[in-house]
Amino acid sequence: MARVIRIGSGSAWWGDRVEPAALNAERGDLDYLCFETMAEATVSAAQVRARRDPTFPGYDTYLDDRMKAVLPACLRRGTRIVSNQGWINPEGAAARIAHLLRDLGRRGVKVAAVGGSIITDRVLELTDTIMENGQPTATLAPTLISAEAYLGAEPIVEALKAGARIVVTGRVADPSIFMAPMMYEFGWDPLDHRRLGQGNGIGHLLECGAQVTGGYFSDPGFKDVPEPWNFGFPIAEVEEDGSAVITKVSGTGGAVDLMTVKEQLLYEVHDPGNYITPDVVVDFTTTRLEQVGPDRVRVANISGKPRTPTLKVSISCAEGFIGEDMFFYAGPGALRRAQLAKRILEERFKIVNLRAEEVRIDFLGMNAIHGGATPKDWPEPYEIAVRVAARTRTREEAIKVGREVDGMAVSGIAHTGKRVPHQDRTREIIGVWSALVPRDRIKPTITYLES
Amino acid sequence: MRVKLQHVAHARSGDKGDTANIVVVAYAPELYPFLKEQLTAERLKTFYQGVITGEVERYPIDGLAVMNFVAHGALGGGVSRSLCLDNYGKALSAAILGFELEIPDALRSHLRGMA
Repeated sequence: MARVIRIGSGSAWWGDRVEPAALNAERGDLDYLCFETMAEATVSAAQVRARRDPTFPGYDTYLDDRMKAVLPACLRRGTRIVSNQGWINPEGAAARIAHLLRDLGRRGVKVAAVGGSIITDRVLELTDTIMENGQPTATLAPTLISAEAYLGAEPIVEALKAGARIVVTGRVADPSIFMAPMMYEFGWDPLDHRRLGQGNGIGHLLECGAQVTGGYFSDPGFKDVPEPWNFGFPIAEVEEDGSAVITKVSGTGGAVDLMTVKEQLLYEVHDPGNYITPDVVVDFTTTRLEQVGPDRVRVANISGKPRTPTLKVSISCAEGFIGEDMFFYAGPGALRRAQLAKRILEERFKIVNLRAEEVRIDFLGMNAIHGGATPKDWPEPYEIAVRVAARTRTREEAIKVGREVDGMAVSGIAHTGKRVPHQDRTREIIGVWSALVPRDRIKPTITYLES
Repeated sequence: MRVKLQHVAHARSGDKGDTANIVVVAYAPELYPFLKEQLTAERLKTFYQGVITGEVERYPIDGLAVMNFVAHGALGGGVSRSLCLDNYGKALSAAILGFELEIPDALRSHLRGMA
């Protein structure tokens, strides 16, 4: 029988649930448990926080929760861990994990930290052009917060070869976290684009966790899945050629079927024939899917093309502030009152000279989500929240939004509902831009610790 | 018969910067040709008027009965800059469930959620 390795998901984003990770560690019979915890703006948000709060260690704020939940089972079963919880301080995260291992009485466990993705100090020398708008990257210099290159799977593979049981990284392309174990276990060449295309496609299916096992999916009467409060995170049983069966721990809610897999296959993909990752260009158009058992879908024939000579860089900049708040109407005439409230706010913003790049006043319950695409003939709702947001250059301007909503309490109109006390109604905008840098100018670093 | 897309296909949206993708998956291979013929990139863009400010590209994968739509300028300038409450556009794909299609009566048994 062909050799199979079992790779499980431990998280799909920073805020993800922890209990399915523990379940995968305990009952997934895993060779590898992989965690994805970074969104586009994670690094820049961490940089901003680190500047303000010297006690912030710079790695996943749930590192302890996640590791404490899975380490005992992983150590007992020999499951290795690959995780991008290192954020802007993978070495610090590795040290913390070593500490947690010692707390469990486990000495001599090798932990690797993969860094080298942060290139803030030299990004403007390495790349000239912003991909989104064709402008020179030099225009970002005054507002630059951070820049990080998306690394591929190779440094993780190297760490696994060196005997690391746990590999914690900074920015690495999400599918690469899940593919690195395949490359290591099956000895795939980093330039073998055929296998890497298939393996990266499987990584892509795993990187969003429950989104392939029934999460972000249920639609009552159309697409129902069992127990949508009790999802298992996915497991891939991968063969030497990269083909795999996607499944989950039995007894969990959700489903793995052709519908959940198809939705996730193209999630956040643009041209499905050219999905560019650091390791390979994936071609999903040849994919073959087959339901081979309950909650078991076999995924094969994903193609690959040679990797590009460049790596993508995310460049984060301080771009001002958003002020936002909301208040409520209900009962007969909710809409007419909301419409007058909108008019009052528009006039008040003129009176207080709100300097904003964009202002948006929506009726939540009616048009706040789909805006202009909302059907015109939809019946009037019984309840409406008036939601107002403005994008401004300074925090002082953004504050005006909440202050004018305050005015709606006693100086507004009949039957105005409002939430008091309120939370902070301003937030900072970290704008994200993309650029390409030559691959050979990015040098990943690997450091090793033992518990 | 004229039906809403929600009976013919399911959908999911994802984000990258200011670009949203909307995956539309036919509930049955028999329905896919009618979906592909009627839900063009241009029609999807028109349907999302006021939301999608840029171009829309369509990538059909016939073997999977799936089409991927890539909508530029659909996320209010990008997730972090957007003033939309749903700044990731996670609920964006739901609108297309209301798109109306003509499906032969003979395929009725393939439609979902038809009471």
